[in-house]
Amino acid sequence: MSPDATMIIARGLTKRFEDRVAVAGIDIDVRAGEIFGFLGPNGAGKSSTMRMIGCVSPPSGGTLRILGMDAHREGPAIRARLGVVPQEDQLDWELTVRENLLVYARYFGISRSVARRRADELLEFVQLADRANEKVDALSGGMRRRLTIARALVNEPRIVLLDEPTTGLDPQARHLVWERLFRLKQRGVTLVLTTHYMDEAEQLCDRLVVMDGGSIVAEGSPRELLERYCTREVVELRFGLDAPLAELADKVTDLAERVEVLPDRLLLYVPDGDTTLPALHDRNLTPTSVLVRRGTLEDVFLHLTGRTLVD
Amino acid sequence: MSHPAFGALNYWFVQYRRTWRSSLFSTLIVPTFYLAGIGIGVGGYIDDDYAGVGYLAYLAPGLLAVSAVQTAVGEASWPVYGAIKFNKQYLPMLASPLRVIDIVLGHLGFILFQIVFSVLVFFLTMLLFGVPQSGWAPLAIVAGALTGMAVATPVYAAAANAKSDDTFTVLNRFGVIPMTLFSGVFFPVEQLPALIQPLAWASPLWHGTELARVWTLGMDSALFVPLHVAYLLVWAVVGFYLARTVLTRRLVV
Repeated sequence: MSPDATMIIARGLTKRFEDRVAVAGIDIDVRAGEIFGFLGPNGAGKSSTMRMIGCVSPPSGGTLRILGMDAHREGPAIRARLGVVPQEDQLDWELTVRENLLVYARYFGISRSVARRRADELLEFVQLADRANEKVDALSGGMRRRLTIARALVNEPRIVLLDEPTTGLDPQARHLVWERLFRLKQRGVTLVLTTHYMDEAEQLCDRLVVMDGGSIVAEGSPRELLERYCTREVVELRFGLDAPLAELADKVTDLAERVEVLPDRLLLYVPDGDTTLPALHDRNLTPTSVLVRRGTLEDVFLHLTGRTLVD
Repeated sequence: MSHPAFGALNYWFVQYRRTWRSSLFSTLIVPTFYLAGIGIGVGGYIDDDYAGVGYLAYLAPGLLAVSAVQTAVGEASWPVYGAIKFNKQYLPMLASPLRVIDIVLGHLGFILFQIVFSVLVFFLTMLLFGVPQSGWAPLAIVAGALTGMAVATPVYAAAANAKSDDTFTVLNRFGVIPMTLFSGVFFPVEQLPALIQPLAWASPLWHGTELARVWTLGMDSALFVPLHVAYLLVWAVVGFYLARTVLTRRLVV
């Protein structure tokens, strides 16, 4: 397969449950070797999309081709070449770290001797070799997540799907996971992940789609999305409790390309925050706190949907 | 390449390796309790011979079939329900190349192993009590395995369909307990009211008991043997397809 081959192609991909539409006809192209992200709040349809790509949930409509095969008809053959890191770890807590890998390898028809060798290599890779004979019960959340990643690699997959890979992990554990995922990318593995952390999306993703209410509302590289939907800098203004934020916003609209009113603060989208501050002062506005920061994907999401990512 | 279901079967054996010790003692000793307590104890009050054998010999093959049913119900109810609802062992299997049919086959394979093990222990205990009277007697183990699977597959389907554990309470009260008491294990079905007899004949345990009894005691009823075997196979096969259908509906959404 050529380096820029398309690993996943979805057209009009739809998932309906009895009473609601989880995924409302989306188009996706994931290229070989890239890290592709689904960014969106809870309930946006990210996990439903991932389950369809993982061939465990049949699409209700549209087409979905993975590694050149039809997701609906060739599920087992596709799953044989996918690695899956689900949102919940689904490890067997009664078994040891190593047994979890060996058992999983057998689902792929991998022989015992090959499974043993790969288990050792993978435990080395996710830095759990010294815990190999402990029960999963004894591991921290970050270690369990790394073990789940190791398990997903046991069949040497072409594509690895990660559903919120660092949700619930502390910052140190998150960085370790990110670093391992980068190494996988260097080995040529295609990674598809969901997240509701904008920093995770910015750090990891070559390209991403922003999902909301089952639809894709924007797509591109993090840099493209920032250029298209956001300014270079953002000034955050907080006023005291019960301050009339909407009225205050009217007074500053001309200072910014755009102003967002959040429940607790105003966001001024500007090319250069430092030139905005004197202008505020000239208008006798006295915010209780002022923060100038870089524009992020969170701002992109806010602009596109009118809501923040994590409520 | 081996069948994919062996991957799923392997899991249950790895898990069993961690837990078998806790159940071993009861598996080994319970048959002795039943045969001594009811076979010899209650049997001492029963003067009638059935087909020329004492009560212990009459009862033992039926109890062997009962032990198959108990193992089948125990292994196909809670562990299946738990694998869906609590421990979620089926989900990682489903993310692999395994199909639902492989998952069901693998788990049922392990259940069959446990049924055969408990029936084997029961048969060895019967030997200690001097029950078997025929060279065909070891076939009672096959009778037990068939009876167990005839019950295990429909119970698996019920467990895969269960929304709460009330299902198992109902199953035990209205299924397993009456079947155990009125399927010709403890007394001949002919002693039941004529209206109820057909219910007994419909139960897989009656067919399993008859099979085990015929083979253990060397009774001459070659005509009925294939019918009993076929009837039990129908239960097992229909139950298997039900289990697969129900589990697919439950997991593949």
